[in-house]
Amino acid sequence: MDSDIHDITLTVNGTTYNGRVESRLLLSDFLRHDLKLAGTHVGCEHGVCGACTVLLDGEPVRSCLMLAVQANTHAISTIEGLTSPGGDYHPLQQAMHDHHGLQCGYCTPGILMTMTAFLDENASPSEEEVREALSGNLCRCTGYQNIVDAVMTAAARMRS
Amino acid sequence: MKPAPFRYIAATSLAHALALKSEYGDEAKFLAGGQSLMPTMNFRLARPTVLIDINGIDELSAIHLSDTGPTRIGAVTRYRALERDAGIARIFPLIREALPEIAHPQIRNRGTIGGNLSHADPASEMPAVSVALQARLRLQSATQERWVAASDFFLGSLTTDLQFDEMLTEIELPPPNPRSGSCFMEIARRRGDFAIVGVAAMVTLDDNTQCTDVRLVFCGVGEMPVDSGEAASLLIGQIVTDDAICAVAASAQQMIDPGGSVHATADYQRHIAGVMAERALTTANRRARDGQ
Amino acid sequence: MSTRTFGQPVKRNEDRKLLTGQALFVDDVELPGMLHVAFLRSQVAHANIIGIDISRALQRPGVIAAYTADDLGDYWRHGPLLVPPPPIPGTIFNERTHVPLAKGKVRHVGEPLVIVIAESRYIAEDALDDIDVELEQLDAVVDLERALKAGSALVHDDVGSNVSARVRQTKGNYAAAAAKADRIIARRFHYEHGISSPIETRGVVAQWDQRASQMTIWDTTQAPVFVRNGLAAMLGLNERNVRVIAPFVGGGFGPKIMMFYPEEVLLPWVSMQLNRPVKWIEDRLEHFFATTHERGQIHDAEIALAADGRILGIKDVFLHDGGAYDPYGLTVPINSQCTLLGPYVVPNYDSTFTQVFTNLPIVTPYRGAGRQHGVFVMERLLDLAAHELDIDRAEIRRINLIPADAFPYNNEIIYQDFAPLSYDSGNYEPVLDMALNAIGYADFRQQQHEARAQGRHIGLGISCYVEGTGIGPYEGAKVQVQSNGKVSIATGIGTQGQGHFTVFAQIAAEQLGIDVTDIDVVTGDTDQFYWGAGTFASRGAVVAGNAVNEAAKVVRQKALKLASDLFECSEDDLVIADGKVSITGVPGKFVTLGDLAARANPMRGAVKPGTEPGLESTQYFGPPSGATANGVHAMIVEMDPRTFDLKILKYVVVHDCGTVINPMILTGQIHGGVAQGIGNAFFEKLAFDDQGQLLNASLADYLLPTSLDVPRMELDHTVTPSPLNPMGIKGAGEAGAIPVGPLFAQAIEDALDLKNKGVELLEIPLSPSRLFELTRKAKG
Repeated sequence: MDSDIHDITLTVNGTTYNGRVESRLLLSDFLRHDLKLAGTHVGCEHGVCGACTVLLDGEPVRSCLMLAVQANTHAISTIEGLTSPGGDYHPLQQAMHDHHGLQCGYCTPGILMTMTAFLDENASPSEEEVREALSGNLCRCTGYQNIVDAVMTAAARMRS
Repeated sequence: MKPAPFRYIAATSLAHALALKSEYGDEAKFLAGGQSLMPTMNFRLARPTVLIDINGIDELSAIHLSDTGPTRIGAVTRYRALERDAGIARIFPLIREALPEIAHPQIRNRGTIGGNLSHADPASEMPAVSVALQARLRLQSATQERWVAASDFFLGSLTTDLQFDEMLTEIELPPPNPRSGSCFMEIARRRGDFAIVGVAAMVTLDDNTQCTDVRLVFCGVGEMPVDSGEAASLLIGQIVTDDAICAVAASAQQMIDPGGSVHATADYQRHIAGVMAERALTTANRRARDGQ
Repeated sequence: MSTRTFGQPVKRNEDRKLLTGQALFVDDVELPGMLHVAFLRSQVAHANIIGIDISRALQRPGVIAAYTADDLGDYWRHGPLLVPPPPIPGTIFNERTHVPLAKGKVRHVGEPLVIVIAESRYIAEDALDDIDVELEQLDAVVDLERALKAGSALVHDDVGSNVSARVRQTKGNYAAAAAKADRIIARRFHYEHGISSPIETRGVVAQWDQRASQMTIWDTTQAPVFVRNGLAAMLGLNERNVRVIAPFVGGGFGPKIMMFYPEEVLLPWVSMQLNRPVKWIEDRLEHFFATTHERGQIHDAEIALAADGRILGIKDVFLHDGGAYDPYGLTVPINSQCTLLGPYVVPNYDSTFTQVFTNLPIVTPYRGAGRQHGVFVMERLLDLAAHELDIDRAEIRRINLIPADAFPYNNEIIYQDFAPLSYDSGNYEPVLDMALNAIGYADFRQQQHEARAQGRHIGLGISCYVEGTGIGPYEGAKVQVQSNGKVSIATGIGTQGQGHFTVFAQIAAEQLGIDVTDIDVVTGDTDQFYWGAGTFASRGAVVAGNAVNEAAKVVRQKALKLASDLFECSEDDLVIADGKVSITGVPGKFVTLGDLAARANPMRGAVKPGTEPGLESTQYFGPPSGATANGVHAMIVEMDPRTFDLKILKYVVVHDCGTVINPMILTGQIHGGVAQGIGNAFFEKLAFDDQGQLLNASLADYLLPTSLDVPRMELDHTVTPSPLNPMGIKGAGEAGAIPVGPLFAQAIEDALDLKNKGVELLEIPLSPSRLFELTRKAKG
């Protein structure tokens, strides 16, 4: 069976995009290469590493395990939309900077998308809950400790 | 790691989806959460020529709760929805306990219970839980529907009783017995990995704390969920003791035939299955006794 | 005065781009008309190639070209020998370097056979199905011992055996020492290391500009200068016509070094053939085969001891799995051989290794680079000795430590950098004491006893190591003050998350008195800096950092000279701070560095003979030999004695890497190293079958530690500056990863009282299943 082509309309970070995509085009590739929103990174393309995590209607999902065509009519949020329009950091971005929560930075966008959504749902997490929420995002550089500290700090700052 | 070409059709209704499946048969796959299917397609281990997307079919994601009668869960209900449902947690603590063991939050946001059961990975948690809860599964095709017990649904590794034109549309769970306790536990190399051994246990007691019903189902130790209810039935009619539980565990160990993997030898799996059975039955019994 | 930032936990300059999704990684490069590449790779480990037919692939719509080895013509040749063997007498080395596409024979699963170029990666992968390959499968060489037996299949038929190399190094006379020993303990040790698995896989984009005769290559390399030079030679271009850019790179850990991987070699050539830009991004499945590994060694080691626990000598004979080709020479096994000696006085040493060709992917350094293997053998030998001689395990380490007054300490053998293995400086005993104190060693037996009474099984591990760091040959840096007052620094190394954009700025800020955020660092662009070696062997901060320091010092002198000319005063009366040069004690009398830079590039007027325009300097630094860092890790674990589930309750690192530039970044390096060490010790195993097939080639089955597997770590450090460089710094990149294996073995033995049950943990990686098997075997 040959592939086929679909016209899709979706919003990414609040902006509406129209796209023409082959059925099999992964959402991660569509965001990165069609929309040139390359901040979403691809690490494994089998749903384990978490680098490609974006928000689908507010919920973190692996963009490598979704087809672009499936995002039709949905709202996607990516790392490019995390800062305020004026360029101010989200409290978690600031805390990641303050705590040295990133080294090579490749896994960072996925971690930010996962953990900002987590903090929206759980304003006062325990360290164990943070580690649990973070466990679907692999980081090979940091050993996670500074990321955990950053999330705890961001939570405290967001509460106050 | 890009999928081979296929045709994508977003089904607009259940009838539409079933009509398409009936038309395309085995060449087509339903796309639910995609958390098992998409990785295999990215590896090109699966190459369906048609994908029928059922995510847009709202009627498949409804949860109908009942404390006294059957609870019905639509097949496209996402794990996350189950996790957030206070009623599910109250009525089926076994499900509540098993859900966090399933992959990671991002996967649970997308993965569906029906997709998981239809995929029938022998190391997956929900097939064992569905057998332990004596679930009935509703299988529909364009022309008919039938109900199958979960224990009859799984036929082998990645193999079910689903026919080429059928979809698992609903999971029906009978209400747990009064004064029952349950426990799900597993050993995996990392949290969220498929189980090396997982076990779902339920114990029901009467007013004299004698066991009237017991269920013990493993995942990860065979080609499909392994129901060791027969071994566990030893407990029925008695006040459950540690010795009796150990005897059940030893007997269950002998009934399984784990295959081993890169993560664990078959002997280790068998050993762990005994330990897990002991611990899960002990916990389930305590919970039943203490009314937790 | 501007605040002094050297030695402070300065936040990173590079973070903003990375935190906002604006950093450029190789896969982010988009060029008009760009084509995409996929490789057909061997599915079997060892086979003769009978025929390859690409004709059907070429007919697929969207496929632009495909090439086999035969289609490469003269461009097909063996890759360079990247690191020749050190000059150790008696060394046998059979050089067999890798090739761009297999010709005649395939030697490991994943070795590329055909390169396919198409309009998209999707189509390129489709076309792989169209290629017909006929192979005659051969027995695969996988087991190290069987590989050396007569009748084994041969990875390289013309070598006549599977010996890639054999090296013996000795110090003193082990046999004589052993003859006088009170106790000799001999064991066999197995140590396997895994794959680096950075979250960003490898990737290459090549763009040939025919009009400009200019080749631009974006490459996830740790060593762009080497790659530029090598590719220019291969392509027949001047080095000046080749620009290699290693932009932001998502983790390296060794295997992204200048390997001249087939993909690196082929993409520029293809771009020239087609006159179009081409991109290849390694997918995760490819990464398990196409990027180099580190793997296993088997050691037969013995230690000769005096009754009081002093080491009299060590003898070690080991096999090292080198994989199918040996382009990286002997670096990994020599690191094992040298690092085994650790922080201890070992008067007599006799070590022989054989590097073995196998039908498995190539082995090159991955964080630790063989050091782990050696540390494991030494630390386990000491644990065995402590047990047999009934000496406390901390005490047996203490009495054998090299004393503080013995430095520089020459181990009398040759290290990987061709220099004698001489430790530059160190003070080891305080590091051990701090670690023992931090882990609560004195009270632990009591704690363990109490826990056991509650049915809990806890155990403690402690292990020591040294780390050879900061080796030559050299690095360079250009420090330039711009007329806007900002400073730019360029070096030739690549960066993969080490914080170079910040630590190099801190070094220059120390000399130039300007804010770290006003200093822009460029790494990994050969058009920005011509010379250098690369980021490996924990050397970036040491070698490139010192080059930055030297250049910044010269710029400082130039600024003072220019200002003294301007103010007609003595340089002694001037102070550099806050981005300006001021006259001491004369408020308001100053000139900014930016103005001085402008004055250094005059439009009119005579430039004095002997002066150069610009407020800038390029300097180089090459240490005579490597600087030796050291440390001690300690850990308390709790074991479930039935499931062998393991939980780390406490983890301590005390470390000495000389002068610290940025303690925050140093801490991050240690954390990450420990995490990789934990992966190596307890999670990560490359599971090959006897035909060389990898059974767990996915991140679902190759187990990188998650946030739930890496514990909170407590760090402390001492400072023993290196005398080998003016700043006194030593490298730190690999310290976290090196001693974790023996720590696990020791702590688990302790928790489960295995020694008294006749179980010795002499292998890494461990796992619950493996522990079950080992203890069951002991029970009989």
